[in-house]
Amino acid sequence: MTNNYLKLQFYSLPQNQAFARDAVAAFCVDLNPSLAVLSDIKTAVSEAVTNCTVHAYRGNLGMITVECEIEDKSLHIKVSDTGRGIDDIEKAVRPFFTTLPGDERSGMGFTIMQTFMDEFKVNSIKGEGTVVYMTKQLDPEVVENV
Amino acid sequence: MKTEWTRSDGVLKIKLYGDMDEYTAPAVRAECDRLIDRNQGVRKVIINLAEVAFMDSTGIGFLIGRYKRAQRCGMQLMVERPNFAADKVLSVSGIYSLIPRV
Repeated sequence: MTNNYLKLQFYSLPQNQAFARDAVAAFCVDLNPSLAVLSDIKTAVSEAVTNCTVHAYRGNLGMITVECEIEDKSLHIKVSDTGRGIDDIEKAVRPFFTTLPGDERSGMGFTIMQTFMDEFKVNSIKGEGTVVYMTKQLDPEVVENV
Repeated sequence: MKTEWTRSDGVLKIKLYGDMDEYTAPAVRAECDRLIDRNQGVRKVIINLAEVAFMDSTGIGFLIGRYKRAQRCGMQLMVERPNFAADKVLSVSGIYSLIPRV
């Protein structure tokens, strides 16, 4: 299996969210993932990119970087920003936790990333930015056999 | 997103078309609120998700917001026909205990 790599950089504009999730899905479609797996990947990427736009940059213009690497049948995704960072990661990843309750935010973004992907990790430095790492097995049988 | 609506037998049905995310949500939120406000007197509001091709957690916030608005107007909010992916997002959130699926 030939490994593959993709790097996207784009402004933190809401209209770029669809572009980012569709580009990542297109990148891994060559490995014939099921529609359910593709859908999980698109949703998780959309959550990560939305967090950059809404929380990291709070509506200001910043740069979002999405890197993807296919290694055998695993897709590794890294979504990074150079925004405000997360004050308390432990609290931020709890279901329904949001720092913007008045904005109709569900606080489920990190929960969905964790639930929909096989591996998930978030690193953040206050004032410097946040990096989200996620991995998905592209062969559903591998997941079932683990 | 595009919306279509019908009102019949005390039920307001709002059908959504397209992707539901941070970019598209504000317009559909405003349109649904306008429809709820203009259809006072209905018992139920049903959001049809059959033609929603993509939905992330923005959809959860959207539905909770419309649930609160419908409640204030004395209406019950329900959802129908989410596709597999939207159903997974909604199930993870546990939203069906608040907003039943038809």
